This record gives sequence, structure tokens and C-alpha cells, in this order.
Amino acid sequence: MLPVSEAVAATPLAPRLTHVDRVERETADTVTLHVSAVDTELPPFAPGQFDMLSALGVGEVPISVSGDPDDRVTRQYTIRAVGAVTRALTSLRPGGVMGVRGPYGHPWPVEAAVGADVVVVAGGLGLAPLRPAIHHLLAHRDRYGRISILYGARSPDELLFADEMQRWQSDVDVAVTVDAPSAPGKAIPPWDGRVGVVTTLIPDALFDPHRATALVCGPEVMMRFTARALADQGVTGERVYVSLERSMACGVGLCGHCQLGPFFVCVDGPVLRHGLVGPWLAVREL
Amino acid sequence: MTAQAASAAGDAARPPESAEVIKADALEDLLDGLGRRGYTVVGPTVADGAIVYDELTSVADLPRGWTDEQSPGRYRLARREDEAWFGYAVGPHSWKRYLLPPTHTAWSAERTADGGMRILDDPSPVPRYAFVGVRSCELAAIAVQDRVFIRGPFADTVYARRRDEVLLVAVNCGDPAGTCFCASMGTGPRATTGFDLALTELLDDEGHRFVVEVGTAAGRALLDDVTHRAAEQRDVAAAVDITDRAAQRMGRQMDVTGIRELLYDNLEHPRWDDVASRCLACGNCTLACPTCFCTSVTDVTDLAGERIERQRAWDSCFTLDFTYTAGAPVRGTTRSRYRQWMTHKLATWIDQFGSSGCVGCGRCITWCPVGIDITEEVAAIRGTEPDESGENET
Repeated sequence: MLPVSEAVAATPLAPRLTHVDRVERETADTVTLHVSAVDTELPPFAPGQFDMLSALGVGEVPISVSGDPDDRVTRQYTIRAVGAVTRALTSLRPGGVMGVRGPYGHPWPVEAAVGADVVVVAGGLGLAPLRPAIHHLLAHRDRYGRISILYGARSPDELLFADEMQRWQSDVDVAVTVDAPSAPGKAIPPWDGRVGVVTTLIPDALFDPHRATALVCGPEVMMRFTARALADQGVTGERVYVSLERSMACGVGLCGHCQLGPFFVCVDGPVLRHGLVGPWLAVREL
Repeated sequence: MTAQAASAAGDAARPPESAEVIKADALEDLLDGLGRRGYTVVGPTVADGAIVYDELTSVADLPRGWTDEQSPGRYRLARREDEAWFGYAVGPHSWKRYLLPPTHTAWSAERTADGGMRILDDPSPVPRYAFVGVRSCELAAIAVQDRVFIRGPFADTVYARRRDEVLLVAVNCGDPAGTCFCASMGTGPRATTGFDLALTELLDDEGHRFVVEVGTAAGRALLDDVTHRAAEQRDVAAAVDITDRAAQRMGRQMDVTGIRELLYDNLEHPRWDDVASRCLACGNCTLACPTCFCTSVTDVTDLAGERIERQRAWDSCFTLDFTYTAGAPVRGTTRSRYRQWMTHKLATWIDQFGSSGCVGCGRCITWCPVGIDITEEVAAIRGTEPDESGENET
């Protein structure tokens, strides 16, 4: 049997072991894990890429990296507990061990967007895969034009990275909305901000529609309506990028699960131009 | 990679430029030669009422005098009038079960003395197989899977390691089944590339013998170990005639003109509802298909939590779980799952891997419990505008 380093070189499916350093609770069902490699360092990632995370003995899921791409030591993942594997991952405590392999997939086009306005549109947990791109935009603020972050969540208690967003506001435009200011049966802090779906923020955002690049992530229906709202403002699908979620058992184009028409979301995505993938997303149950 | 190293030998219509002949008896010597070289010989044999692939110990294991009768949803063995060893089309097995086993361990992990975990690669040794009796459509299927597993951005090491060791002895097809359509897919019935040796079985007045074409140096060395002679013109002509006649006797055909666009333009065709009303979503077609490659993984642990195995198994896009994402399946209906399978096989595969995913072997038709026929489904989509009367059907 091979030790871990050779095993990694041998099969693309074997993870590296990592330690959980910190667990931050974001919402009732969502945490951000800060992890670092047990021995060999994790390869650097680009904003928008994902890793395959293993809850050892439970299974493996694709999770976009949500931390700063310039942080070469610690990797962050913002995970909502929805299935067996994500429940196991979100139950990890500092010192816990999990497997990581990656990074995989196509990143956000932060280089191609240089010199122009950038519109970041996030829905719910969709802010997590966009956060590394926001870190990158802020770190290279002078290379971009106007930057707008438009964020929508279901309710005020579902807002992610609220403190951080306050800080972002000093460098970029930030607009936040919630679908509903309260939820039945839930004690929610009072909300005096905007109410409505995230697409309602788009007409008020300031950007040059003929040059702006849009980075969009959220539920598929939200991305579809966002692309339409951006098109109404004059941003064509060629400059609208979405990050897709599909079942993935391998992350490396071998298991077949994540197909969407001609695309393997794992290797052709997860970030794809809406102009390219939009027609396929429009077909139900594809 | 012995067989992959073989360059394109030319188009299917052209007869072999040079060939040799071995007597039927010499096939045993050929198998012995494979054994001496350390190969595990796998080939056709009769088991459980079908011609399947299994380890061969001698030519006595071959399905001598047997053939297969196939039609949608039906497979039966039948006696031949002659004693041919390879007088059938293809059975339920394909070679993929030896190149990517139906279940295997991707990796395992064990607890270390200090309480941590250590990850271990798949410890199983790489088997060295010689496949004997590979059909032309199956060579094409192996080439398709090579593009999936080896030529992509990440190589599947389980497949690649096994594929690297394989030696391929093709046997040309003289008796296509009622569900065969390799001639439509351009993948047969004559093997032209991708083999180490290609045999054509002849049973005529001149005796039971094989015309042999050499594809690689490994094939050459193997042939040189057994008694052979140069083929005469009439041997070659007889061999070519076998596959020429087979090409004329395909049980099915599929018009593949512009098929990618045809399917892309018809993602909402009513035929998908029609086929969904018949399809059981059982996944037989994907298991029998020699190119279907999808897998899933499951973690298995011992009771003490000292050891974990990530087990990988063939999966099927017909299962409801296949697309389970964030709480719900993407493809919740049989309609969407059949559409995915057929559209992938015949259309999106071209965008993804540069060729069709279908080689025309007919297994999905034969082994479908309700006899759904992919050639008929394509014809229906091609031939009909949305029309309840069916008058426009071809």
C-alpha cells in the first residue's frame, strides 16, 4: 500500500487530510469551516473553484471555497447542512479531520473583467462562492471600475458575512435585500432595509452596461431572473457569468453525474458564461 | 499501450494488405502463448444461457457451435449448423467490466497509532488481461472509453493502469444479431484498427482456420510463436466476404445524419413522453452498454472506525438519486432520464469527446426488458413532427 503522498499522485480520487482549525456559525444551518493541511499544503485556488470535501466514513461533496485566495495556509468553506455528508461536515469541531482534494473547475473571470465595472449578484448561500472573487476585487481595487455587490437573502437571519459586508461598503457599492423581513415562528432581528428579491436591486445599481461583467450565484431560478434583469439593463449574456450546482461524485469529469447538456459542470464549470449555458438551463429537468 | 499504438489501418472497405493463416488447432497454441506471457485470457464462453466473457483455460471453453438470436427484449442461445467457435454476435457482457470493474475500492484510510488517519491508494495489483474475441464494435467502444477515462483533463487511474496492460485479439463478426447496427455507426463489422491481432474465422471446404491480421509488434510476436502461413488471395477474399456479408445483414439501422442537431432541436419532442410510458428506468441499458461509464462512490467503515473504504461502483443515469442536488433530483421523471441517456449517447457525447457514444452493438435493445429500441426512437424523432396520428412516422 502507498502512503498518502504517492496515493494522491496515483489516483485523482484520494483526498489529502486536513484539520479543522475554526468553526464559525453563520446561520442556524450554515457554518464556515477554516481548515489547514495536515502535511502537504493544499494547492492554491482561484476565486470560484471548488474542492471535494470528504467526511471520512460518510462521503464526499463538492463545496466552493469561500475564503481569501491569497490565504495560502487556511482554506474556508461555507456549508449548509442539507444531506448526510454536509451534516457530518457542519458537525465537525476544531481539531476534527476531513479530506480535501482540489481545487477543481473554472474560476470567476476576474482577470478578464479588469478595467471595467463589475456587478456581483448573490442569492442566499450563493454569496459563499462569490466571496473569494470579492476578496480579489478588493485586493486589486484600483484595477476595476465601479464595483457593485447586490445580495439577497430569504430573511434577515439568513444573511451571510454581515460584518464583513459593512467593511466592503467602504470600497464598493453594497446593496442588500431580504425576501421577507420576518418569518413565522422565528425570532428575527428587526429589519429596516430593503424588502424584495435580489433582481429588484439591479435597476438602481450603478454600472456601465456595455462594459460591465456580472458574476452571479444563487438558486438556479434566481440566476435565470438575474440574467434577464441584467439583459434588460443592456448586459449581454456574454458578460454574465453564473456558478452552477449539480450532483458530483468525482469533480474531475469521470463520474458523469454533473452533466448539463454538453457540459460537465465540474470541469467545464462551475462558472460558465450565461450566454453559453442559459439555453440549456432553460430546459426543464435537463 | 499495445493496441492503442496501432495506427489506423485504413477504412473498413479495404481488404487487409497482408495476412496470415492459422489452422483452428493453432488457436490453442495462441492461448498458451498468452498464458506464457503472463496474460489472464478472457473470452467468450457459455454460462447461464448466454455467451458471456470469462477467463478461458482452453479453446474448449469457447461457445463452439452456438449462436445467439436477438431481438428487442429477447436473447436466446441456438445451435449452429457448423462448429464455429465465434459464430455469435455479442452477449450481455462487455469488456468494460475488466477495464473498470463494476465495484472496486477507490482508496482506503486507516487509523494510525497516534489517533490520526492515513490514506492508502487502491492496493489491488493491476491484472494483465488478454481479451480474445473482441468485436469491431467493441474495439470502437474501448476507444470511446479511452477518450473518457484517459484523454480527459484527469485520467482514471484504475482504468488507465488496466488498459495499459491489455492485449486485444479481435475476431471479426460474421453473424450479426437482429439488434446489431454497427454498419450504421461506422464501427464494424470489420476490425480495422485498435487490435494486436484480428482474426476472421473461416469454415469452408479448405477447413476450419483463421485469417490473421497483425496490428502491433506484440501481436506479431504472439503469432510468430504458432504455426502459420502466408494467406493466399482466396483466404483474404473469403475473410473479407464474411464481413461484407455481415454488413448486409444488420438487424437494425440508424440514420445518424445530423443527429446531434436533430436531438438538440427536439429536447421537448412528444416522443420522450411516449418512450417514458414504456421505460422502466431499470438501468439495464446502461449496464449492458459498452461505453456507459458513470460511477458513484460509497463510504464503508468497519465497526470500530479503524478503517474506511471509499467504494466505487457503476451507476446509471436512470436512477432517481443520480442527479440529487441540494435536496432534490434534477431529473425527477423517467422522461428526463431517458432523454438524458439517449441525448448523451448520440449527441452531447460528440461535443464532449469528439465521437458518438454509441457503437451500434445493440445490447441496449436486446437487454431492455420492455424492448425499447434506440434506433426506433431516433427514427420516430427524425420522422415525425409532433403528430398524434403517427401518419408522419417513417
